[in-house]
Amino acid sequence: MLKAFLFTIALALQQPPGQTEFVPASSLPPSEQLPSAPLLVAAYAFVWLAAMFYIWTIWKRLGKVDADIRTLQQRRAPGGGR
Amino acid sequence: MRKAFVPLLALAAAMFAFAPIYIANAPFEASMGLVSKIFYFHVPSWFAMFTAVFLSGIASGVYLFRGTPAADRLGVAAAEVAVLFGSMGLVTGPLWGRKSWGIWWPWDARVTIALLLELTFIAYLLVRKFGGPGSEKLAAAISIFGMFNVPFLYMSVNIWRTIHPKTSVVPSLPTGMPGPFWFSVAAYLLLMALLIQMRMQLEQRRAALDALFLEDE
Repeated sequence: MLKAFLFTIALALQQPPGQTEFVPASSLPPSEQLPSAPLLVAAYAFVWLAAMFYIWTIWKRLGKVDADIRTLQQRRAPGGGR
Repeated sequence: MRKAFVPLLALAAAMFAFAPIYIANAPFEASMGLVSKIFYFHVPSWFAMFTAVFLSGIASGVYLFRGTPAADRLGVAAAEVAVLFGSMGLVTGPLWGRKSWGIWWPWDARVTIALLLELTFIAYLLVRKFGGPGSEKLAAAISIFGMFNVPFLYMSVNIWRTIHPKTSVVPSLPTGMPGPFWFSVAAYLLLMALLIQMRMQLEQRRAALDALFLEDE
């Protein structure tokens, strides 16, 4: 009885037979296939976001420099604090 | 260029908005299917990066040997834009590779040299920001060094063994693919030119601010 039980467990724990030939990705079950659309959308979204972020950083830096220039010009104007 | 800047920026945005429609109507690459459409913005981002790298390298050479401030401004503007387009290439490439090759990053000659080129220009920007007085000249030398990496990067797929497609892919695109591809290249190059122009304007304003500070002291 015990022998039969151990044999059943040993059978259950056995690894499935190894794959012996090439399996095309297209014939894999859907759960094992990687979807293309999210990768494509992620790539395009990254391009847009990176460009928009960069334009925003330039705009922000330009604003800061212009504010500094205005402050200096006001300070130098007659009665501007110097 | 200043008067045309806003219309050209609107044109670039319109081209980027229309590109996905044009690309969606292009034929599929037989073995890779939908994910191969990343090609239409992965390769143009490297075109834009290489152009920006050459602009930065040549401008840096002019600045090193002649000391022209305008060349230095172009050098730094183009270097920053090169890093931006390089990051686009380095992000879109692995997204494509994960599906096509089953791995994010193959560490072959092409992608490794591409990463080194990106790091070279990040180093350029770090030297400019934290290098202190005189760092412009050291940074200019880094930019020239980076520029000479580009031919190695371009030819790497023909010289070393790699799973990356060879340089013969673009000249031999099948019917229906060159149209959207070159449209994307034009959109990227236009965006690159406009971003460099914007960034140069920032450098000009900074130079004006420095001049005001010097007058003030």
